[in-house]
This record gives sequence, C-alpha cells and structure tokens, in this order.
Amino acid sequence: MSLLSASVSITRYKVEGQLETPILKTVAAGLNKNVISEIDDRSLEKAVGWTSFEKPYQPDFTGSAFVYGNYLLFSLRIDRKTVAPKVVRKHVVIESDRRLAKSGRPYLSRNEKERIRDHVMDRLNAAVPATPNVYDIIWNYEDAVLWFFSNLKAANEELETLFLRSFDLTLIRLIPYTAAHYASALTDTEKDILLGLTQTHFTG
Amino acid sequence: MLDVAVAYNRFKFLGEEFLTWLWFVIEKDPVILKKVDPDLTSLEIGNRIVLEKRHKKSVERITIKGENAGLEEAMLALQKGALVAELNLIYRSAEQKWQFTIKGESLNLSSLKTPKAAVPESPEDMEGVVLEKIFLYDKILQFLDKLYKTFIKYRVSTRWQKRDLSLIKNWCRSDS
Repeated sequence: MSLLSASVSITRYKVEGQLETPILKTVAAGLNKNVISEIDDRSLEKAVGWTSFEKPYQPDFTGSAFVYGNYLLFSLRIDRKTVAPKVVRKHVVIESDRRLAKSGRPYLSRNEKERIRDHVMDRLNAAVPATPNVYDIIWNYEDAVLWFFSNLKAANEELETLFLRSFDLTLIRLIPYTAAHYASALTDTEKDILLGLTQTHFTG
Repeated sequence: MLDVAVAYNRFKFLGEEFLTWLWFVIEKDPVILKKVDPDLTSLEIGNRIVLEKRHKKSVERITIKGENAGLEEAMLALQKGALVAELNLIYRSAEQKWQFTIKGESLNLSSLKTPKAAVPESPEDMEGVVLEKIFLYDKILQFLDKLYKTFIKYRVSTRWQKRDLSLIKNWCRSDS
C-alpha cells in the first residue's frame, strides 16, 4: 500500500538497536543485500525483498535515493505466484498416467506421487508470472520509529524477519503493552503496576 | 519486558479500555483532549464502532456503522460489560480533517484519510509531497500517542480507581 494513497493502514514499530556509522551506507548495504529478485522465469513460488519507493519494479538504492528529509523511505515487495488447484490436479493426473503407462505398473508409490507433484509445481510456477505486492515503509532513524503501511499479519511478519536479517535490528510492534512500556515514560514502579493490571469492569 | 506474542493476548484489554475511555472523554470530559492537543478543533466518533464482550470460550460482537448511526445500542452493550474493540474517529484541526479507524487489541490504524496533500507534477516534486504527507500522518499519530500516554498514566495511578472508574460507571448508568 502506498503512503500516497487516499486511504492507508499503518502498523507502528519501535526499532531496537543501533546501526554502524556511517548510517546511510549501512542502510544502503542492508537494502542491497536483500533487494527483491525477479522470479518470473524461475520455479520459485514466492520472493520477498526490499524495493525503491519511487521505482518498485526497478529497485535502485544508489546514492541517497531512499532519503527524504530526516526519513528513510523504501518498500517491502512480496511477489507470489498462484496456480489454481484444479490446474495443478489436471497436470498431476496427466503426468501420473504417463508414468504409469511408461512403467507398466498399476500404481505409484507415495514418494513417486510427491515427486510428480513437486515437478508439476516447478513447471507451472516457471510458466506463471508472480503478482507483486508493495508495502511502503517510513523509518525515522533518529526517533527509532518505523511505520509500515499495512496491517496484514503475513506482510508484517515478512517485514519483521527481513528487517532483522538486513540490518540486525529488532522491530517491536507497538501494541497496547509495548506502547505503554516504551512510549509512555513510565517510572519503574509504574511499569511494575502495568505488568499486574487486569481488565476493568465498567458495569456493576 | 514480556514476549510480544504473550503481551498481545495478555494486554489486548488495555487497548479496548483505552477506546472505551476515549469514548467517555469525547462525551463527558473533552477538556482532556484540548490539554493533549491545543491545535484540536474537535474529535468525534465517526461511522463505525465495534464492541466486544469476551466470554470464556466465545466473543460477543456488536458492530454499529453508518454516517448517522445512533450509539444507543453501543451504550447498551457497554452496560452489559462489553468494551470498545474498534472506533472510527474524525479529528479536526483548523480547517483540516483526518478520519481513521483504530483497533483496540493492536492499536493499528486503518482507513486513514488525511487532508489532501499536493499531487506531484514532476519527479522533482516528489520529495516535497512525500514530506507533506509524512507531516500529515505524524500529526494524527502524535495526537494518538499523547492520548494513549495520558490514559496509561491515569490507568497505572490511584486516580483510575478513585476518579475515572466511577465517572465512567456513572456515565454508563446515566445513559441507560
């Protein structure tokens, strides 16, 4: 989802840890290390990687292309191929029949069936173009805050994993407890009270 | 510091209490809103409110939506022990308007619409447009942060039991 859309969803994170200086060089290296790779002519089913905000289909992190004022702006791209189950079934049945006819045997072993299915999936995946999904990210490095423009659980999990792998920094989702713990300037005593809180009943 | 997955389930009630408290503040104690954000012109409940009452093995869910929907049913659910799980809000500052839905259990924002930003006419315009849009997001996120901080400070203090809880209980009863 683009941050320039008319309507957006935002999940907020605290970024834990520090990058090596010079910061921009380290960020560029992390982005380039896990830049999205094209899988259209390959048998891979899914690809996850970083891409440029302005050119999501031609990622380029040279210079300071991802720097906007005090913010770092780039995107997470998740490319996925989908093959309809009925298409898979059709090709598995054709391939199974072909193997049976060739071998002269009345049935296939479980391993053979699995191999046929894998082979069919590889062949179909190589023929199907991947559907790209792009989710923008704004990272305020100074404030250690990151906004991810999606609430989708799977996309958030991919972001958390790839961010750790790329920058060796942990993203902590700002949910009710973590927002209270990190962002509410509580004293140690108040943090202890927070840990022991139970639900209030507004009735009775 | 708790593990995030554990904390999500253990403390989802805290976000729902926050939204319930916020509804009360909008209706009965709006001075708090002005203290949190002097730029605020108004904060109103928008076109959606969801309440949930959790039982041991099930969740009772009431959704009220529509531009001019009354909140009587929502109040009735509150009186029966439900909490606000999702709230659509309209924030106004000067002539500008933000509208969004906030979810209690995650504090995630969705359907966020900011005042209109300029449209980039050339690649050189892009940075300025992006920074303007970031400013508009930041304004509403800062407001919500300050509001949540205020709630948490009250919630972990004796004020919650001594003042806020009884005021909210009275509000629930008086609207029946």
